[in-house]
Amino acid sequence: MATAATNWLGQSIERVEDAALLTGRGRFIDDLGVRPGTLYAAILRSPHAHAAIRAIRADAAKALPGVAAVVTGAEVRALSSSLAVGVKAPIECWPIAVDRVRYVGEPVAVAVAADRYLAEDALDLIEVDYEPLPAVIDPLAALDPASPMLHEGLRSNIASDRSFRYGDPERAFAEAARKVSVSVRYPRNSCTPIETYGLVAEYDPSEDAYDVTANFMGPFSLHPVMARALKVPGNRLRLRTPPDSGGSFGVKQGIFPYIVLIGVAARAAGRPVKWIEDRLEHLTASVSATNRVTKLDAAVDADGRIRALAYDQIEDVGAHIRAPEPATLYRMHGNLTGAYDIKNLSVRNRVVLTNKTPTGLNRGFGGPQMYYPLERLVQRIAIELSLDPVEVIRRNLVPAEAFPFETASGGLLDSGDYARAIEGAVVDGGLAELRARRDEARRQGRLYGIGFATVVEPSVSNMGYITTVLSPEERRRAGPKNGAQATATIALDPGGAVSVHVASVPQGQGHRTVAAQIVADALGLDPKNIRVIADFDSARDAWSIASGNYSSRFAAAVGGAVHLAAIRLKTRLARVAATQLNVQPGEIEFASGRVRARGNPDNALPFNRVAATSHWSPGSVPDDAQALRETVFWTAPELTPPTDADEINSSLCHGFIFDFCGVEIDRVTAAVRVDKYVTMHDCGRVLHPAMVAGQITGGFAQALGAALYEEYAYSPDGNFLAGTFADYLLPTTNEVPTPLLLRIETPSPFTPLGAKGVGEGNCMSTPVCIANAVADALGANALDLPLTPSKLAAFVHGKEKDRPSSAGTQAAKGARALHGEGETKVSASPEQVWAMLLDVDTLATIIPGAHAVEKVSDKKFRADVTIGVGPVKGRYRAEIKLSDLDPPRAVSLSGSATGALGFGSGKGRITLSPEGSGTRISYGYDAEIGGKIAAIGGRLLDGAARMIIRQFFAALARRAGRAAQSGFFARIRLLFRRRP
Amino acid sequence: MPRLSADARHRIRARINGRAIEAEAEPRMLLTDFLRHVLGLTGTHIGCEHGVCGACTVEIDGRLARACLTLAPQIEGSEIRTVEGLAPSPDRLSVLQEAFRRHHALQCGFCTAGILVSLDHYLARTPDPSESEIREFLGGHLCRCTGYVPIVAAALNAAKKLREAKPHA
Amino acid sequence: MKPARFDYVRADTLAEAHAVLAAEGENARVIAGGQTLVPMLSMRLARPKVVIDIMHIAPLAKIAEEKDAIRVGAAVRQAELLEWPALAERQPLMAMALPWVGHAQTRSRGTVCGSVAHADPSAEIPLVLLALKGEIELSSRRHKRRVAAEEFFTGLMSTACAENELIDSILIPSRRVGEGFAFREFGRRHGDFAIVACAAVAKGNSVRLGVGGVADRPVARDLLDLDGSALDDALDTLAWDLEARDDLHASASYRRALVRRLGKETIEEARRCRA
Repeated sequence: MATAATNWLGQSIERVEDAALLTGRGRFIDDLGVRPGTLYAAILRSPHAHAAIRAIRADAAKALPGVAAVVTGAEVRALSSSLAVGVKAPIECWPIAVDRVRYVGEPVAVAVAADRYLAEDALDLIEVDYEPLPAVIDPLAALDPASPMLHEGLRSNIASDRSFRYGDPERAFAEAARKVSVSVRYPRNSCTPIETYGLVAEYDPSEDAYDVTANFMGPFSLHPVMARALKVPGNRLRLRTPPDSGGSFGVKQGIFPYIVLIGVAARAAGRPVKWIEDRLEHLTASVSATNRVTKLDAAVDADGRIRALAYDQIEDVGAHIRAPEPATLYRMHGNLTGAYDIKNLSVRNRVVLTNKTPTGLNRGFGGPQMYYPLERLVQRIAIELSLDPVEVIRRNLVPAEAFPFETASGGLLDSGDYARAIEGAVVDGGLAELRARRDEARRQGRLYGIGFATVVEPSVSNMGYITTVLSPEERRRAGPKNGAQATATIALDPGGAVSVHVASVPQGQGHRTVAAQIVADALGLDPKNIRVIADFDSARDAWSIASGNYSSRFAAAVGGAVHLAAIRLKTRLARVAATQLNVQPGEIEFASGRVRARGNPDNALPFNRVAATSHWSPGSVPDDAQALRETVFWTAPELTPPTDADEINSSLCHGFIFDFCGVEIDRVTAAVRVDKYVTMHDCGRVLHPAMVAGQITGGFAQALGAALYEEYAYSPDGNFLAGTFADYLLPTTNEVPTPLLLRIETPSPFTPLGAKGVGEGNCMSTPVCIANAVADALGANALDLPLTPSKLAAFVHGKEKDRPSSAGTQAAKGARALHGEGETKVSASPEQVWAMLLDVDTLATIIPGAHAVEKVSDKKFRADVTIGVGPVKGRYRAEIKLSDLDPPRAVSLSGSATGALGFGSGKGRITLSPEGSGTRISYGYDAEIGGKIAAIGGRLLDGAARMIIRQFFAALARRAGRAAQSGFFARIRLLFRRRP
Repeated sequence: MPRLSADARHRIRARINGRAIEAEAEPRMLLTDFLRHVLGLTGTHIGCEHGVCGACTVEIDGRLARACLTLAPQIEGSEIRTVEGLAPSPDRLSVLQEAFRRHHALQCGFCTAGILVSLDHYLARTPDPSESEIREFLGGHLCRCTGYVPIVAAALNAAKKLREAKPHA
Repeated sequence: MKPARFDYVRADTLAEAHAVLAAEGENARVIAGGQTLVPMLSMRLARPKVVIDIMHIAPLAKIAEEKDAIRVGAAVRQAELLEWPALAERQPLMAMALPWVGHAQTRSRGTVCGSVAHADPSAEIPLVLLALKGEIELSSRRHKRRVAAEEFFTGLMSTACAENELIDSILIPSRRVGEGFAFREFGRRHGDFAIVACAAVAKGNSVRLGVGGVADRPVARDLLDLDGSALDDALDTLAWDLEARDDLHASASYRRALVRRLGKETIEEARRCRA
């Protein structure tokens, strides 16, 4: 853009956002005042992965002083409709469980009260009867038609199954010298912003309209989804965002079902309702990136040239296909061949449902899941062909002269010089020194490895890519979807001051600063004098479905729209000024806060005066030069819909990243230490270098977490195990090294400023780069994230020797989550012990914390119990059944307990054998503990279960001892022994 | 001291950022909620409510504390400092705050309040810390935006500026 | 994540605290630094009827040197003990372990005795107290008693402290001539709960090794006069005896491997440091 005098762009100016944030004057959602009478919500969540809801009893909760309403699936169903689902299938997706829970943490009831404390008190009083159902957790198991079905409307757990073919992959595989394959299970994780979800919703019955303020981040394609669910037209769902948002990284897209849910709660309560998600809710149930199982094959020539790729991807979206899923699977569709010139490609994409939290946007969105297998594959090609990995990368790169380059699957790589970027990284990043360092470390017997990763980073999503999940026929029926409107408004006030409005909904990316820089350059002003408003209001702002802060679209798309709006305004102002300065508009220039005649700087006017003209003297300005307010909508023509051959340019811009790193693995602990990390980026024109650096170091730290620490882990039964920040481990300053940042610039020809997105790339490149280095250090092949020391120990320590005879016997590892066994000797006879086990009064004294034991039948008991360890105590309703009675030798006990902290269920077999004059009681058990207590106390659960079960037998032994003493065993001293 | 009953609000007196305050809270109210929603000091943020993220870090009687791990009645008679008390005046930033702005050591700014209170406390007692000491100290804070690199740089730079400002200290 | 309701008593004297404990028993919880109790309250894992704040009982706020021990009162914060100038000289093992307790921002509030009272199986202070054969002094309205650390930690988060008692202070044995100490810990991140922590006290050729993070409580074992493969065998036996379990962060097998390897490193370092 020749007209823009570039002064401010490219400089790392101080951010306009910072002074308020540094002094505690930020305005985040929970900092905003609310209307008097606003109520507060708390949400009761499912402790089960899969269960039918038989009854919800909320009368006691509703009767609690201060409680205004309790909303359940029935009310939500009555006042709203199901959220739209992204595949063509007769299934529903509600923001709260309706009749059935399908993942741990799914909302079951919303209590609305005068404050959050009271709302949580109310949750304690709600009783839910669940009938647990078998759960399916593993995506491969979900493929099995016999697996427990989540949505009957689908007739299986496979929501979508599409195959794609580009070029002639069969022939390439038939002709290639080698086939190289990798299989990967990419885990679940999330970028977990430090601020959780929050919103305030109000319903106005007189206009049938909702007014919601939420820290939602877009995309606003979800606005019509929410409006439809709330059964109002879009103009009756006013959605606003607060001025500040405490990070999102995609995650705050996932608040949208809660906007509907709390909207309904506000309507039911007849008052505004505020909900601030807490951290336990966030980790358990907000949203997750998808986990994916991928098998990737390459047809490879002897020189390492890749002739074809074949992907088989099984995407796990959790319990519901929540909009915009299955977008994670399709966002990379146009760049499935990465940075490489590969003509032949086949893809099979399956989307499965499992009993886990529904998935959604997360930094990298589809990139981490796709580049992990691709770049692991490139390393495997190098190893199997005995080639240098960098050489394999080089031989396959898209050549510099080929841009814009059309990929096999229809992507259009806008610009780049991949070979030059790699060369720069190798030299400036010191690859030769790093290799020498590895050699030296290995000579000393240390475990040191080097990894590489090459990534094309897509940005500015084509809103049409998601329709690639539909068949061409289905797309024709649905009508075309493509493009991505970016918007910007610039207004001049009567004093000539400039305001900018963007619908980009930043969460810390400094949009206000960069927008000011862009306008300052265009209009010859100081950015300090430009005010940028970035809080959003759907009722007042210019916006479209692509608005919001995702797919790294700000610099490339919104920044471009700001620039175009400024140029349009400038063109009009130039005409206004030309009249006043008596020169041709073409001779007008804007600089230093003045509008002047080129070549005659004295013939000038202050900018403010020119800018105010259309307010004070519109009559002196021609109609088509009125300069008051300019709104630009901009979309790129390259963002076309999928073709009938399923080719899709899924993103407008494609940056380039080449990373390499050196890692060392501790021989004692098997912990990975990143010794050196180099990351080379080409994100087109850089508008603010410090912000670009901040995006890279921030993304790098999150990616390091995904590589080494973070996992949204589930037990095989579907219990969520990472419910606190003591279990979901974010890297701290101690874990994150300082990466070396390098860059080249090849401006995008498709964006107004030449910029591309940059925020997400390291989430795609870094996990696999570290994994490749670890594989190199250990000589390992199959490696799945996160690379925990416990996992790597198998490679470092070798196989563990068997238990020596000097040690006591060890309980066998059970198939269930908790398993144990033990024994105790008592002085009573087997007959006496047997009688106690079947006696209500005895059970009442030996069941730990039993308040009341009620005999339902000869073989069934019910009890209220307070179970706890240390200060952790909870009250549960327990049911115990006896079976397989073999008096007086053995009995099986099965039982379950449910309470506010979760549930437990277990099965045990007790065997009584006479020993001397007493009895040896042996027991074995399998137990499962779920719900809140499993999510937050996983580290201690096993020990707690063992302890409570031992308490039971200790009490039995004591009681048996007393019985013996009072009977004819009175002479025998109580004999009770417990193994340590 | 009398027993504060669970279901009533009780008067709590303390000094916050140099000013005497007097307000009411139930015994169970967390200090985070007391500061933010009773006193209106919303600069102290809530990130996890279980003491891990550090966003709510404040100073109580000269020692750092997680406000989310503190009950409101525990601060009776105490001296508290929060992020709102760090700047020398409403229109000026402290040396540390300026260093954060200059180094782009914040993005969303949500974890920042706790980190600033922590570092302000630390630098007053450790005028010449090494990078590894700062990293170890900041291990008690989570930031999801920056990758910590600019935070560590800002802390080192602020330490240097503070030393220069007090050459004889 | 907000606590259920409870009464709050700020005790100014021990007698006041004892009286509430005597009256309320298991329905009362003592709060000192609150670093463990408050999250349990917020998650509603613990639901006491009354919380007794003991931080304003002046006699509990002291660190005192006694003949063979350091007495640390129940209101002494972890940071205060760490800052106590004589600590590294009087008991190096505690000085080595304290920086591993949480983070600076939690040590500044958390108390030394609070960590002992909670008896988390991964906590460093109980481990060190056990390795050093320290003692815990408990008091109630009518009694005062001392319990050896060996007897105090009875199981997962469970101790010999009765419902009507509170910890007055702990007694950390002072270093004796000829002793060497070492502390090693491995967690996923620095400041996390230990996956395995080892504390060793070497004297002559014998070593006492304490291991935390594996069993349901810290466990210490005296290893007399063992070297080379005999020491390896003893560590292997110990590793198996602790009945390690799988959890999210580490497999049982990995924990055993760390007991063997970190344990050995810790013992060797303690021996090197004998003075």
